[in-house]
Amino acid sequence: MRLLEYQGKQLFSEYGIPVPVSQLALDEQEALEASKKIGFPLMLKSQLTVGGRGKAGAIVKCSNESEFITKFNELLHKDVKGELPKGILVEGMINIAKELYVSLFLNRGKRCFTLISSNEGGVNIESVDSKIIIDLPHTGLSKELVQDLARRLGLEAKPATLFVDFILKLSHLVKDKEAELAEINPLAILSDGSCMALDSKVIIDDNSIFRHPELKKFQQVSELQARAEESGFSFVELDGNIAIIGNGAGLVMSTLDLVNDNAGKPGAFLDFGGRATTETIYQALEVISKIPRIKAILVNLFGGIVRTDLVAQAILNAYSDGIIGVPIYARISGAESVKAKEMLAGSRAKIYDSVEEAISSLMSHVSGGSS
Amino acid sequence: MTGKFDIFELLIGDPGERDYKKKPVIIQGITGNFGSAHARLMKAYGTNVVAGITPGKGGQDFEGIPVYNSVQEACKNVDAKISGIFVPAPFFLKAAKEALDNGIKLLVAIPEHVPVRDAIDVVEYAKSKNARIIGPNTPGVIVPEITKIGIMPHQPFKPGTTAVFSRSGTLMYEVSFHLSKAGIGQRIALGIGGDPINGTNLIEAFELIRHRDDVESVVIVGEIGGDAEEQLAEYIMKINFTKPVVGYIAGRSAPKEKTMGHAGAIIYGNYGSAESKISSFTNANVPVAKRPAEIPELLLRKMKK
Repeated sequence: MRLLEYQGKQLFSEYGIPVPVSQLALDEQEALEASKKIGFPLMLKSQLTVGGRGKAGAIVKCSNESEFITKFNELLHKDVKGELPKGILVEGMINIAKELYVSLFLNRGKRCFTLISSNEGGVNIESVDSKIIIDLPHTGLSKELVQDLARRLGLEAKPATLFVDFILKLSHLVKDKEAELAEINPLAILSDGSCMALDSKVIIDDNSIFRHPELKKFQQVSELQARAEESGFSFVELDGNIAIIGNGAGLVMSTLDLVNDNAGKPGAFLDFGGRATTETIYQALEVISKIPRIKAILVNLFGGIVRTDLVAQAILNAYSDGIIGVPIYARISGAESVKAKEMLAGSRAKIYDSVEEAISSLMSHVSGGSS
Repeated sequence: MTGKFDIFELLIGDPGERDYKKKPVIIQGITGNFGSAHARLMKAYGTNVVAGITPGKGGQDFEGIPVYNSVQEACKNVDAKISGIFVPAPFFLKAAKEALDNGIKLLVAIPEHVPVRDAIDVVEYAKSKNARIIGPNTPGVIVPEITKIGIMPHQPFKPGTTAVFSRSGTLMYEVSFHLSKAGIGQRIALGIGGDPINGTNLIEAFELIRHRDDVESVVIVGEIGGDAEEQLAEYIMKINFTKPVVGYIAGRSAPKEKTMGHAGAIIYGNYGSAESKISSFTNANVPVAKRPAEIPELLLRKMKK
């Protein structure tokens, strides 16, 4: 779960990590209240999960009240890479003396947490040469380790002491909340020597949420997503018109690639997992039926343990109940696939031996424009 | 990190041994829906399932397999070094440590949705016990016609000399199905797991077959997320591995910053992208198939050279 900036900063505050004064605004009224509280000049920051907000013009400075509402509304309705903001953070301006970069993240290859820091904050870290990388011991980050880091970053006296405190608090947060990433770019050293997190990028391990009820309030799940998850599906809505369903994330991803290679536009990714029954497949088709732009459904099912006749039954039920009105192109291999084919003969579902054949038929339907 | 660990010794053994090709396996969570269905299928395939564990159900019997309350209790009665874990994710950490505390040396971790912190803990703990984890979120491991510990259907797999290592379960079946159809059997097929943390990562899996004469080629089924494929490509070049290796990467068309079903399948910027993996493989002289069905053809071409 990727937290929005304001959510991450809320966590930072809970852990005593300094952040600028700010307030989230969802409409003009709230924005005006926030601006009165914070005072001009101030920053308006679009709350998005996609990266590259700065470059996309989704963070703007606002000097006075006269331009405030116009700028606020512009930002509120501005989409970045297809995403609309979930509010605008109204934030006070900070006098920055120096900008650093800090991130603490799950290092998959080394199976540990790694701390990356740099003297060059506020820019894309991938383009920075002077990075200090520390793999954390299994016991966690020690004070000595961070003190040494502060020295290597050229910090002295008050900023050094406050930096050490800042990083240790961040490390506690990552451990307690089971974050996979906590990135602060920039971490500002102010003219009075104090440290402050000007931005936040926090990702929480989705699989640990069950023991963090306090983080559930941050979840932003669409109704459709919630419904899919309830049934135990992995579901990602995409912007095309072909829904892709299958058993196994890798298989569905692979099918997505094949559709794409054949100039098809995937509109949904749905993995119903390893335990397909007539009921679960029916539920999967129900989820797909809620996306109006879907023109055809591609099912790629590798059977063996999954009984394909149960899948065929679900498809028949979904048609007869009027759940779906678009054709299904299915590649079904494995146990009982002959029976499955017989069951579906005469329905709007067509079964193929290979996924390549299924896609080729599907594409002639979708590009032919018939429905 | 990749010390000497002989998975074939554990899974098959040596011809002189009494339990050669019949290595005892225990199943943790045997009375659950999932555990029981697969314990039955494993047994039918020839896996020597000697005991099941479900706390509170000790003394029962599952289709001829005795059930115990704990691994400790089971291991007083049977001499197993292999366990398949089928417990729900929240109970994984405890079940895995219990197995490792009682002499289990190969732990096949089936559960999906194990928290990263628990996975790291278990992998560290296994190291201290000189044991190995496969998974979590793995379909398991199969040595065709000898043994399988996991949830894979057996039909796609035929004995042979290729090793298949896959981050995805169903794609491991799909790719093995295409290989078998083309007459290329498998010596071993092993699911790395779809999570960010893998008890046996791609390099460690490779290490298991690196010096084996009965493995003549390798197929790597990767996917977006992380940099395990990039690391493996570097490793293949470093050790100058000369047997044919072919790759496949799922998720070329996946959007960025979206978790594509597997917890580990997510792209951030260029990190974890398919392009980065494909170019690393290509650089290491590992051809990358565009479709699973294309893998046998690429492999046969490499084998002829």
